[in-house]
Amino acid sequence: MRMPDPDRDVLSRRTEIIAALRRIVPGEGVIAEEEELRAYECDGLTAYRQLPMIVVLPESKQQVSDILKYCHGRGVKIVPRGAGTSLSGGALPLEDGITLGLGKFNRILDIDYDNRCVTAQPGVTNLAITNAVEADGFYYAPDPSSQIACSIGGNVAENSGGVHCLKYGLTTNNLLGVEMVLMDGKIVRLGGKHLDSGGYDLLGIVTGSEGLLGVITEVTVRILRAPATARALLIGFPSSETAGDCVAEIIGAGIIPGGMEMMDKLAIHAAEAFVNAGYPMDAEALLIVELDGPEIEVDELIGRVEAIARDNKAESVRISNSEDERQTFWAGRKAAFPAVGRISPDYYCMDGTIPRHRLSEVLTRMNELSDRYGLRVANVFHAGDGNLHPLILYDANKPGELENAEEFGADVLKLCVEVGGVLTGEHGVGVEKRDLMGEMFTEIDLNQQQRVKCAFDPTQQLNPGKVFPTLHRCAELGRVHIQSGQTRFPEIPRF
Amino acid sequence: MPQQFDPETAEEACAIVADALAGKTALEIVGGGSRRDMGRPLNTDYVISAAKLAGVSLYEPDELVMRAGPGTPMEQIRMQLDQHGQMLAFEPPDYGPLLGGAPGQGTIGGVIAGNLAGPRRIKAGAARDHFLGFEAVSGRGEIFRSGGRVVKNVTGYDLCKLMAGSWGTLGLMTEITVKVLPAPEKIRTVLIACADAVSATAAMSRGLSSPHDVSAAAWLPETAAAKSGVSHVAGAQAALAAVRVEGIGSSVDARCAALREELSTFGDVEELHSHNSLSFWREVRDVRLLGDGTVWRLSVPPADAPGILEVLRAELDAEYFVDWGGGLIWVTVGCGCGGEDSGANVIRTVIAAGGGHASLIRASADLRSRVPVFQPESAPVHRLTRNIKEAFDPEGILNPGRMYEGV
Repeated sequence: MRMPDPDRDVLSRRTEIIAALRRIVPGEGVIAEEEELRAYECDGLTAYRQLPMIVVLPESKQQVSDILKYCHGRGVKIVPRGAGTSLSGGALPLEDGITLGLGKFNRILDIDYDNRCVTAQPGVTNLAITNAVEADGFYYAPDPSSQIACSIGGNVAENSGGVHCLKYGLTTNNLLGVEMVLMDGKIVRLGGKHLDSGGYDLLGIVTGSEGLLGVITEVTVRILRAPATARALLIGFPSSETAGDCVAEIIGAGIIPGGMEMMDKLAIHAAEAFVNAGYPMDAEALLIVELDGPEIEVDELIGRVEAIARDNKAESVRISNSEDERQTFWAGRKAAFPAVGRISPDYYCMDGTIPRHRLSEVLTRMNELSDRYGLRVANVFHAGDGNLHPLILYDANKPGELENAEEFGADVLKLCVEVGGVLTGEHGVGVEKRDLMGEMFTEIDLNQQQRVKCAFDPTQQLNPGKVFPTLHRCAELGRVHIQSGQTRFPEIPRF
Repeated sequence: MPQQFDPETAEEACAIVADALAGKTALEIVGGGSRRDMGRPLNTDYVISAAKLAGVSLYEPDELVMRAGPGTPMEQIRMQLDQHGQMLAFEPPDYGPLLGGAPGQGTIGGVIAGNLAGPRRIKAGAARDHFLGFEAVSGRGEIFRSGGRVVKNVTGYDLCKLMAGSWGTLGLMTEITVKVLPAPEKIRTVLIACADAVSATAAMSRGLSSPHDVSAAAWLPETAAAKSGVSHVAGAQAALAAVRVEGIGSSVDARCAALREELSTFGDVEELHSHNSLSFWREVRDVRLLGDGTVWRLSVPPADAPGILEVLRAELDAEYFVDWGGGLIWVTVGCGCGGEDSGANVIRTVIAAGGGHASLIRASADLRSRVPVFQPESAPVHRLTRNIKEAFDPEGILNPGRMYEGV
């Protein structure tokens, strides 16, 4: 993975920069020893590694502001980092960059039931927000599978999803406000405890911007009253087509389940061997459908979904009759990644989204690719919203196999775009999908996105090398090439 | 009369904008024209209309997705969705009559450009939350795209969020893709007699914090309730809080009964059935419950509503009602009240403490040119706003100054 050329001048000033950072963050907050830096060399995408020049762990927004202000004037690059669970390399360090870790921002600042929101520092984990309010019957809806570890600031940076987002939305739909520091050190507040923006929706553009626009120092999210009850169906199908038809018919019948997950045979077998959830081993596809809400509603919808499943050739239907049983149904799905990890030395997790009705076609072609590359693939799938997570099985110790898996993955993502989908549903572009952006966007599209980057960070010091395949200078992007349209459409009236 | 262009394709629209760019000529973008009197007044010599960039090009009910030209009338979209029992869940309002025009003139482009939303905002989100992708012509005279047709998408910056609520200052949209959702089978509304804002806000908060999946919560002082066309509301001769539940029949009945029980501690309870509920929430959505005068829209933390209303009543003698459980306050400042700025200073001062924003929705062109129509921004945020405008429209030719002077 090619990253921007390191700035030799910045590298030569490393000692001076360390001293300056130590003046801003006293004590243990500046890390410069190689063995300690090692802990920060990668995030959840472990295939890419790079030692950062320096790691700094500030404790206050003023320190963050001072660090950025110092770096801004001296051309030093910054890579913001939350819990380091990104699956796309969003927090991959730069050789000449400072990794700015927000782990010490770990306090919940305000729980406000009257306004149904929680304000937290960015290093608080996703799950900790729910934990803080669940005794009072509330929860925070987006629930990425890494929720025990991932930070809320990272969730904002990546616009994280989870299994419940068809019904409850992604981070962007549950976020009310942030405080963030711009590259020049200025502190801004976007949003608050109210809804929507009075001007441009800057909060909306910051969400999912992958740490390229600012460093978040505070987050306010909406909390919801937990549903009265939740029950799940575990449905086995003879093919992915029949399972896909069932999903379409459930939604066509006006039912939006709290969660709807599909697994293919390889994933079913791996999960069953790992957690013994009682999954049907002869099924080609497994659907978990969860209905949540008032008890009477859930009971009725369970019946409707069961009828639809049977109409669509379901071979087995189990319905959870207790909270334990519901959890068991989910246990296999939740353990799918580590379960696949047990049947293969390594796996590479993909994250494309497709229009749902193209599912069986995509699965067929993915199997052809699997044969061509000689690598197995297990599929877990957020069936309600078309977000695929193919897991490509490989062995990094075999020469060339990682590269082979990466090429396979790239082909899968290109296929997603070809059928009308997108490169990434919830994991982000990062470095991983950076060079595939041209599959989905024209150069004009990408330049327009980069101009937004320039609006926030004109010197492009925040997380450079991520998201965009080509880095243009902001001055160059700002130039207007005037090309009158006169020659085209001579029939339309003109000025 | 300004000269009007009516492009029929994105390429034609692009050629016109490119010409305007070459001559540094400003363009006003219009759709159905129903919201032309919102925002700061424009004085351009040329108008570019999206009216002929119209029609639904893709609608897949099972995939919950619809794609249409920006000039597609909302009525047409509603009818097509209706046939499949679906809806735009953010309850797009029709401000035509509020602004002195006819109902049913709005377009999907206008709804998105204004990031409008009705009572269901608190549960389902605003236009921004259902806006999946677009194609547009920027002020650079270039056609660009962002987003897609799927709900789960984090590929690149979410430019949909910027376009929603930018009032045509960043680009002329030529294609819009939105998420659609199943419409509820049944609707019920619980009415609670709540004489004052404090108890009403508490009642709404109780409803919204309950597991009964409340999809709207409003409070109407007696003057607002009296303007309703629903006889149970107008005839109550009292201030009323209203809480809505929607969904499948058995569930709605059970939740409605539970809410009646739980909220009866705040005052006498009544209920509206489906037809009356529809009519009532349409009045709330389209702001049909206010008298004459300048209209302000305040988005605030819900719990701040009672304090804010107290100031509005005392200092501006204003009429008002409340939606979004307290989070949205609609205010009319009558002629002669509120001084030269029609209450701008009082309103923006009172919301400053808790945060939020106030916009001028209905006012004379003169007032809209003198008083900031959109919430003034802090200096560093406004700097970002200007930078964003420049990134999309460097010569300032698209709806210049519609939101902020010089933007």
